[in-house]
Amino acid sequence: METILVLTHVDDGGAALTRASLETVTAGLELSRQSGSSFAIGILGLDAEAAAGAVAATGARLFAVSGEAFAQARYATDAAGCEALCRAAQATLILAPASARFARIAAGVAHRLGGVIDTHIADVQMASNAGGQAIEATRWFYRQRIEAVIGRELRPWFLLLDAGTHAAYAGEPVAAQVESIAVAVPAVRTVVEGFRAPMRGTQTIRPDARLLFVAGAGWTKKQPDGQVHVSEAGEQILSFLRLSGASLGSSKSLTDQKADGQAGEDQPVLPFLTHLNQIGQTGSTPRHPKGLSTCCHGEEPHAVGWRFISERRAISLDANCGWTRGKADVVYVADAFQVMARVNALLEARKP
Amino acid sequence: MAHALHIVVCAGIAPDPLQTLEPVSGPNGPGLKNEMVLPAVLDPWAACALYEAARLAASVAGSKVWLVSLGPKAKLQQVMMTVGQKAAFDFVPIDGPIGGFGDAHSTAAALADAIAALPGLDREHLLLFGGWESATRGAGVTLQLIGERLGITDQFQGVDQITLRDDGSFEVLERVEGGRHQVSVCAGTPAVLGWATGNLPEPRNNPQIGMQNMRAMMPALQKAKPATLQPNGLRYVSVSLPKQQRETRIEKNMSADEIACELVDWIGAE
Repeated sequence: METILVLTHVDDGGAALTRASLETVTAGLELSRQSGSSFAIGILGLDAEAAAGAVAATGARLFAVSGEAFAQARYATDAAGCEALCRAAQATLILAPASARFARIAAGVAHRLGGVIDTHIADVQMASNAGGQAIEATRWFYRQRIEAVIGRELRPWFLLLDAGTHAAYAGEPVAAQVESIAVAVPAVRTVVEGFRAPMRGTQTIRPDARLLFVAGAGWTKKQPDGQVHVSEAGEQILSFLRLSGASLGSSKSLTDQKADGQAGEDQPVLPFLTHLNQIGQTGSTPRHPKGLSTCCHGEEPHAVGWRFISERRAISLDANCGWTRGKADVVYVADAFQVMARVNALLEARKP
Repeated sequence: MAHALHIVVCAGIAPDPLQTLEPVSGPNGPGLKNEMVLPAVLDPWAACALYEAARLAASVAGSKVWLVSLGPKAKLQQVMMTVGQKAAFDFVPIDGPIGGFGDAHSTAAALADAIAALPGLDREHLLLFGGWESATRGAGVTLQLIGERLGITDQFQGVDQITLRDDGSFEVLERVEGGRHQVSVCAGTPAVLGWATGNLPEPRNNPQIGMQNMRAMMPALQKAKPATLQPNGLRYVSVSLPKQQRETRIEKNMSADEIACELVDWIGAE
C-alpha cells in the first residue's frame, strides 16, 4: 500500500495554487482511487494555509509549509520545505508538477530522503503484471522520440508530471484543516530579485494559447525579388500573434541567426525572438491544441518539439519537406509571406 | 576583483540529432539499435554550458575549466576530436555505458566521485556546470544530484546568463514559466548551474586549442576509470517509437487567398 503525497506550490500572488499544481492534484486523486492508497497534499508558499481550501474537498490530509522564506523560489529553502513535507506525510510516492520551481529542487529532495526520481511524466497508472499490481509511469526519452513505460522498486519514488497531462482539479473551495509543518530554515545565500521578460515590447510566449505559431529561417531568406524582408516578416508575425492570440515558437536556425548577429556578423534578425521561443531538439516541447509552421522544414530535430501539438499544419515552399512525411495534417506548398499577409487581413476584418 | 573560478562542466554524449533512433532490448535493458556506430555529438545543452564556462574562465584571471564526461572511451574520443577545438579544458573521462536508459542516480554518483577526486580542485570556488537536461534521458536531475552529493545548496536550472560582480557574488537568469527569466543574486561560489541555451553561438574550431587539448586528452582517455551503473530498481515495462503517422494532405495548387481562408476557419474552429 502506497502513501501518496502531491507536492504543490502557490503562484506569484502567494496564496493560490498554480494550475500545474492543481493538475497534479487530479493525477494524485485518480491514482489514490485506483490503488486504494492514502492520499495527502503538501503545499509550499508564503501563505500555504490560505491556498489549502481549494483542494480541501479532495478529502486528502493537508500539510503546509509557510513563511517569508518560502515566498521566493530558491533551491535551499524550497528543498528544505519539501523535504519537511515529505517526512511529515511519510510518503512513499510523491507526485509534483514539473514547474520551474519544483524541477529545480525535486531531485535534491529525493536524494535527501534516500529515494529516486523520474521526471517529465506524461501518465501514471496502476497496472497489473505478473507480480501483482504496480504503479507504472510513462515518459519520453531522446527528446520525445522514444516512449517508455517504467516502474521502480525503491521508495520514496518522486514523479514530476508535465503540465497539460491532466485536467486541473476544480473542486468547490471548503474550509480546510491544515497541519502546519515547522521547518528549520537553512542559511540563505541567494536572493530572488524578481522576473524579467526578455522580449522587447510584446509577450510572445503564451502557454495557454490554443495555437502555436512557429517561424522558421525562411522568413529571413531572400525573397523572389532577390532581397531579404526581415522587418516586413517581423511585422507580419507580430500582427498575426496580436490578431490570433497565438504563442510564438521558432526553429533553432532562426534563433541562432540572432546569436550570430550578436557575435558581430551583419545578419538580419527578428528582434523579438529569443532562445526561449525555440522549439525542438534543443528547445521546448509545448502543449497546444493546434500548431502552424511557417518557413521551416519539419525535419526530425525540429519536429520533436511538436510531439504534443494535436492538429498540425505547415506552409512551406518545399513540396518534399519533412512535414509532408506524415508529420503534419496539412501542408500548403506556398509562400508564407503572401499567405500570412492575407490571413492577417482576414483576421483584422473579422475582428469584433 | 572576483576570485579565480574552478568550473567543472558535466557533459554527456548524444546521438547526432539527424540520426534515426530505434529502440532495441538487450541483456542490460533497453538501448538503441547500432548505438555504438551512430555518430555522436556533445549533448547540446551541455555544450552551451561548456562555451559559457570557457567565456567565464577567460574573464577571470587564473580560472580553470574541467570537462567531465561518462561514456565508452571510443565514443568520447570521437566526440572530443571536435569539441576539443572549441574551448580549452582539462578532460576527465569516465569509461561507462552509453545511452539514455541508464539510471540518473547511478550516473550522478559516478560523476560526483570523479569530481570529488579532481586534483587541485578548489571546492570553495567551484561552479558546477552542465545542461539543464540532456538530449538522451532528458530528466534534468543528474546535476542536482551531483550538487547534493557535493554539498552545494545554491542551485539554478534553465540558466541563460550569469553575470559576475566584483565582490564575488553573481546574478543568474533562470528560465521560468511564460517566457520569463527569474533573476537571482547568489552571494558567491560554490553553486550549480544547469544551462539552457545561454547567449553564445557555437565557437569556431580553433586548431591551436585543439592541439593543446589533445596532448592531455589521449593520456586521460587511456587512464579513464571504468564505472558500472546500477539500475537502482529501475524497470522498463516497454520502450517503443511513437506509432502515430499522419495522413498528410499536401496542397500544391491552392492560391494564397484560398489557403488564408482555410487557415482562418481552422484557427477559429474549436
